[in-house]
Amino acid sequence: MKKIVLMGNPNVGKSVVFSRLTGTNVIASNYPGTTVDFSKGKMCFGKEGHEIIDAPGTYSLEPSNKAEEVAVEMFGQADLIIDVADATNLERNLYLTLQLLEQKKPVILALNMWDEARHTGIIIDLKKLENELHIPVVPTVALSGEGFSDLVRRFDEARSPAEIEPMNDRERWMKIGEIIGNVQQVTHRHHTLRDWISEASIRPLTGVPIALVVIFTALWLVSFIGETLITYIFDPLFTLYAPIVMSISIWLGPGLLHELLIGQLINGEIDYIQSMGLLTTGLYVPFAMVLPYIIAFYSVLAVFEDTGYLPRLATLSDTLFHRFGMHGFGIIPVFLGLGCNVPGVLATRSLETKKQRFIAATLIAISVPCMAKNAMVFGILGSFGMVYVILVFGTLFLVFVSSGIILNRLIKGDSPEICLEIPPYRKPDPLTVLKKTWMRIRWFLKEAIPFVFLGVLLINVLYAVGFVEWLGGIFAPVIQGWFGLPQEATTALLVGFLRKDLAVGMLLPLGMSPLQLVIATTLLTIYFPCVGTFAVMFRELGIRDMIKATAFMAGTAFVVGGAMRLILLGI
Amino acid sequence: MEQPVTSLETGNTAVILWLEGGHWFQNKMRGIGIREQKTIRLVAKHPFNGPIVVEVDGREITIGRRMADHIITGVPE
Repeated sequence: MKKIVLMGNPNVGKSVVFSRLTGTNVIASNYPGTTVDFSKGKMCFGKEGHEIIDAPGTYSLEPSNKAEEVAVEMFGQADLIIDVADATNLERNLYLTLQLLEQKKPVILALNMWDEARHTGIIIDLKKLENELHIPVVPTVALSGEGFSDLVRRFDEARSPAEIEPMNDRERWMKIGEIIGNVQQVTHRHHTLRDWISEASIRPLTGVPIALVVIFTALWLVSFIGETLITYIFDPLFTLYAPIVMSISIWLGPGLLHELLIGQLINGEIDYIQSMGLLTTGLYVPFAMVLPYIIAFYSVLAVFEDTGYLPRLATLSDTLFHRFGMHGFGIIPVFLGLGCNVPGVLATRSLETKKQRFIAATLIAISVPCMAKNAMVFGILGSFGMVYVILVFGTLFLVFVSSGIILNRLIKGDSPEICLEIPPYRKPDPLTVLKKTWMRIRWFLKEAIPFVFLGVLLINVLYAVGFVEWLGGIFAPVIQGWFGLPQEATTALLVGFLRKDLAVGMLLPLGMSPLQLVIATTLLTIYFPCVGTFAVMFRELGIRDMIKATAFMAGTAFVVGGAMRLILLGI
Repeated sequence: MEQPVTSLETGNTAVILWLEGGHWFQNKMRGIGIREQKTIRLVAKHPFNGPIVVEVDGREITIGRRMADHIITGVPE
């Protein structure tokens, strides 16, 4: 089986090409650095099956970050290369093309975004380009599928031309200048409304107000969509389900199985949040409280990603993020982390140095609450008043800023400057947005539900064997004395390792005051990441840095928890 | 007149004369599209020594101030 690798500059549409060829959907967006790992898929043509690999984008074969390292590694394994180039920016893309051709592996060139090139008045003579490069050149539009049958049909013609000899940089750019002069004509183009909006949103004076409006609109949309879904769809569904689960409860009668499936009855009734049974809380928390917000967040994020706004936000926040030892691109992992910390930590691969990656991953784990947790904070604290919700997020924001400043001082290493291509604004395609949102929801369901069940199971077992009391006793000095919380809150912190949303739910039966709840939910974010985030941090940072990050988190939780007790509870 | 791109007025255009720096810096700039002989326009300059945004070949690129200081431009007569 042949290995076919997709190579190309960042944000030229490799992932869309991959999805087209293999039928396997992968996340694609309109900003450089969406793909940080490789994906494998299969396709058949002729009599054989082939393995297709989608690699992260790279400007050259000399990697400058971890994502580009992955790309170069994939290149090494390839039997055939599909070089995906952006037809609207051919000159720059040819640098990698020539490097690929010098490596003596068969290459076929897909000139993607062919339609956009035509619209912007760029004319490329395909025959001449084929003659210059000595490989097949196929114009494609990955979003619509135009040109793909040609691309696949011409795979066999891919070759490594003997005419292209290894060159140094200067020679390579000379050659590119020569090729462009021969094959490309650019008609003068006028400034359009799109250019005007693009510039307004990246200049400081106009860009900052625009950013604030955009962010607040996005947050409002997420909460509006989330609440609407809960009120009109998910809560009514669980109201319908209530008599069913009640009759199961009666049928089971008291006993171990009842404890496990239904949990505790609160005043003789099932309480979806507090009962802690697999069929009650185990279903209600992930489906009725968290899922609506996951749907809301990821649909808004998808629109955001596909318009191309994120790199502009990265530019505007660059100065601020330098204080935290990163540069503006760091805001993109943070944004993704608001959905789920796991993809957030993964996205730190696009940062150049170890220092930047360590700080970004640690800050996400310590102070960026994921949507599952946010939904619970809104669901539980929101009923006491928005001021408590604001207290939690305000504290986390302060923790983010101060931890960033401290880590920047503590961690040795370089913090290079930003160097980021700003993609043109594009209109998000509704179908692509829907597909992407669905992929992420499916991922949430697959990853979250087993852990919620495991968490519910663990809670029941731990209570039954008396472990909770024992552990509570051990941690009582810290939990009770230092944080001002009831000692049973220890269990919530323990369960928080499995699922943070479930842990927030566990705090409710403890009869805490709203201010105690604020402290407990804030600490739940800071003290330790959940198991999924822990695993991905371990993989990305290595064991030594993981221990460092964990120690920093424990220390911060201790300091912040104590300070909150003093300020909020006054004891 | 030779001057770094950061000295341009916002909205003004110049030609890139040379990239002052090591191999790594030159490669990074050329790779992203900032090359000698190209026309470059300063789109935005962010305060507090923040990044600048330039336009080359119809593409906007954000670059940190220190790097941008090493992109030397000239205004054609």
